[in-house]
Amino acid sequence: MRPILMKGHERPLTFLKYNRDGDLLFSCGKDHNPTVWFADNGERLGTYRGHNGAVWCCDVSRDSMMLITGSADQSAKLWSVQSGEQLYSFNFGSPARAVDLAVGDKLAVITTDPFMDSPSAIHVKIIARDPADQIGESVLTIKGPQGRINRAVWGALNTTIISAGEDAVVRIWDSETGKLLKESDKESGHKKTITALTKSADGSHFLTGSLDKSAKLWDMRTLTLIKTYVTERPVNAVTMSPLLNHVVLGGGQDASNVTTTDHRAGKFEAKFYDKILQEEIGGVKGHFGPINALAFNPDGKSFSSGGEDGYVRLHHFDPDYFHIKI
Amino acid sequence: MADVMVMKEIEETADRLGIDLASLDLDAIRVPPGQDFGIASDDEDLHQGDNVELDTGFGNIIIVDNLPVVPREKFEKLEGVIRKIYSQIGLIKDDGLWMPIDPETNKTSGYCFIEFNTPLEAELAREKTNGYKLDRSHIFAVNMFDEFDTFMKVPDEWAPPESKPYTSGENLQQWLTDEKARDQFVIRAGSDTEVLWNDARHLKPEPVYKRAFWTESFVQWSPLGTYLATVHRQGSAVWGGASTFNRLMRYAHPQVKLIDFSPGERYLVTYSSHEPSNPRDANMVVINIFDVRTGKVMRDFKGSADEFSIGGTGGVTGVSWPVFRWAGGKEDKYFARIGKNVISVYETETFSLIDKKSLKIENVVDFSWSPTDPILSIFVPELGDHPARVSLMQIPSKDELRQKNLFSVSDCKMYWQSNGDYLAVKVDRYTKTKKSTYTGFELFRIRERDIPIEVFELENKNDKIISFAWEPKGHRFAVIHGDNPRPDISFYSMRSANNTDKVKKLTTLKGKQANALFWSPAGRYIILAGLKGLNGQLEFYNVDELETMATAEHFMATDIEWDPTGRYVATAVTSVHEMENGFNIWSFNGKLLYRILKDHFFQFLWRPRPPSFLSPEKEEEIAKNLKKYSKKYEAEDQDVSLLLSEQDREKRRMLKDEWEKWLNEWKRLHEEEKLERQKLRHGEVSDEEEEYEAKEVEVEEILDVTEEVISFEE
Repeated sequence: MRPILMKGHERPLTFLKYNRDGDLLFSCGKDHNPTVWFADNGERLGTYRGHNGAVWCCDVSRDSMMLITGSADQSAKLWSVQSGEQLYSFNFGSPARAVDLAVGDKLAVITTDPFMDSPSAIHVKIIARDPADQIGESVLTIKGPQGRINRAVWGALNTTIISAGEDAVVRIWDSETGKLLKESDKESGHKKTITALTKSADGSHFLTGSLDKSAKLWDMRTLTLIKTYVTERPVNAVTMSPLLNHVVLGGGQDASNVTTTDHRAGKFEAKFYDKILQEEIGGVKGHFGPINALAFNPDGKSFSSGGEDGYVRLHHFDPDYFHIKI
Repeated sequence: MADVMVMKEIEETADRLGIDLASLDLDAIRVPPGQDFGIASDDEDLHQGDNVELDTGFGNIIIVDNLPVVPREKFEKLEGVIRKIYSQIGLIKDDGLWMPIDPETNKTSGYCFIEFNTPLEAELAREKTNGYKLDRSHIFAVNMFDEFDTFMKVPDEWAPPESKPYTSGENLQQWLTDEKARDQFVIRAGSDTEVLWNDARHLKPEPVYKRAFWTESFVQWSPLGTYLATVHRQGSAVWGGASTFNRLMRYAHPQVKLIDFSPGERYLVTYSSHEPSNPRDANMVVINIFDVRTGKVMRDFKGSADEFSIGGTGGVTGVSWPVFRWAGGKEDKYFARIGKNVISVYETETFSLIDKKSLKIENVVDFSWSPTDPILSIFVPELGDHPARVSLMQIPSKDELRQKNLFSVSDCKMYWQSNGDYLAVKVDRYTKTKKSTYTGFELFRIRERDIPIEVFELENKNDKIISFAWEPKGHRFAVIHGDNPRPDISFYSMRSANNTDKVKKLTTLKGKQANALFWSPAGRYIILAGLKGLNGQLEFYNVDELETMATAEHFMATDIEWDPTGRYVATAVTSVHEMENGFNIWSFNGKLLYRILKDHFFQFLWRPRPPSFLSPEKEEEIAKNLKKYSKKYEAEDQDVSLLLSEQDREKRRMLKDEWEKWLNEWKRLHEEEKLERQKLRHGEVSDEEEEYEAKEVEVEEILDVTEEVISFEE
């Protein structure tokens, strides 16, 4: 079906997130306003105003009441999804990058970039039931990895935190003690900056995308490498179908080179791979800049992509898609 | 190699000797020079590589012998004479001249050492002054200091050389006997150089040999495919062998930049240019011709770059490569080079000029050899009253076979057909106003009596010629003409039905996005390609049937190469672009077989094959009975494709099973954790939670209330 073009951001997109029911789509961009859309028809519901810098990441609670965003304005903010009202702001000394809510929505992990003298860090915060009781203190702060931590997510049962970033290493930390439990292998792991990390719907495995032009599938518990998907372009965004064994990679050449080459050279396509066979099965073109964000609707029947070009493209699959045989 | 000591052993030994390891600064320990305690160094290779460099440490020193023996008083005078002679040739270092004095007689010993700034100068000094007559009784004998050892080692008595038992060499042509009749190719990407089989049936390449840092600049196959040449700082090397690639021979030539094989691959020409010590001088050029099998230097040429850059188009470096052009044929009998008003033709029997002199041709600018016969075609532009001319000359007799005068010519280009049957000369002429040029062709039929020449012009005389190409082994040629970006392509045949000796036009394809022509080496098929600016458009065209077989695109392709049999084509994007680097392999009719991506992709070269031994009659016979032969191969093909799909299915099944197994294991663990997860969610029961109710809630919001009085009218 023809994609729905959603023009609401004035700057490149950075992140996309569906709520659990799959009726709302949250988008973050380098403009300062995270936006919420109807996931079905692409109608814009509203924006969350208050950030003063690029917004890098967001997550929404299971009951779709609360939104958390991480921004380059050195803060992570909690919002009421319904009213758009800011509930709380965690302030840091450096830009916040990744945010992720734990199972049960009582904990959140927030990463901050290296800035001035302070190194990058992973912070664990308690999220209070009532915003009035919310406090800013971290339960745990983990430091160690070099460079930016581009994504950090919760592992099974909130006992672990998985992080990945500029040093191309995937790490699993103990979320109680902050101890490093596992580290991905230099040999089998990524060779360049990891740009994206997404968990499977059931939380059994996760997918990482890297500028080394590949995406890798890992076992969430053991951090064993299960699959590798090789592509022709740096990968900026990854997602997995919750319905079929499909993996989607998005990316393209570096944005700074875009203007110097033919538009076809960039390969700004969302590429579909068979998750098990690691074979490319198709692609969805459309963006005229690199794809920075990808998200699958939890029902598996549509997905959206966000590009450097500032557009969100919402794709509902044709019936044929569900009968691809390879 | 001695065993490396384990740390534990070291500690034990230290204990025994009463040494406190912690108090030792290991870095401060110096092993006596030359002592290695029986432990072989792991970087042996490194040392071997360096040897070549180190050996030449005295390369800039010469020894001049047969000097007059003079007493002390005349010492300075003699030194002055020698200095005068040698400082003309090169820069002598400070204190670079040393004349030993015999302490007994208090006279000079009759020889001296001279140290130059560079080995090149020393080499030149030796060449120029060896045999120099100072006076009747003193004729200089000049040698390199480095060679002195060799002279000293010459035994006083001659011993007959030991005859070595004959060891049969490897079959260097083993690759031709491949059961599946596949072809090999070499690729260079990043620091790796790799030779692979083109296994088109299995739709993938099969590795043969791979080596990192195999070459320092590029690799090159010899023209018959026997050797692979690599280029290094110290010289060039050739590799080959029955099943793998061993180094067969090295050719020392410091700073070698370019190499070229003779067509029969007997000789290797290497080229280097060196910065002069005096900035006003031109670059020094050194060219060596080696015998490929023995590694011996057959002839070397030295001189300033100017001497080697006359004629031809002249590249950026000022030298048009190859400087020496080889006559066609496997015998490698002649080679020639162009100079100012001369063409020098050498023969390889003696490596000297034919008849001891060069061909004097006023104002000559270009020449080329027939690919099969010792025939030279020579182009001389207009000069004063003399018209421009193209002539054919037989070698070694130097008889002029044919000549054609041409008027108001601006430029000429010569194209030989691969069998040497035809020669096409593309002539750019000025129009009457001299403001622009137009192009025509002179077509020579070499094999016919008296070599008839036909003047041939395109229908539209003003069309620009973008590309011209003969059909290999055939009688047809293709021309791209017209204006970019959509020029026309025309095909012509040198044969016509009623033997009228006229060129016959076959067809014209209008408005094609193409700028280059690539004939299959077997003829008949051609790729019309739009490279570079045209994004890699490919059209596979059958000239027999005059129809397009397929159109395709290899986005951004920079290179196209047919395999030597004409069965497959490789298109490549080399690292002139940053992206898309890699290559595609196509069948001759334009079906994409497989695609390999490699970052920093530099080179793709098919391994050439020697020409077939089959006579043309035999080849024709095979072509006639092709159906009979092809049955066998079709059956083989089918077997392979069946096997392939079988393997594929098997692989997929395995992958799926593996995944299934992994997933089940995970589900078991997931189940175990279920309760804990519920706890985390305050008792919300299910992970899936599909049983929620969808309720429609109507919410009415009153935005605004206004009261208006509406006037009531009848």
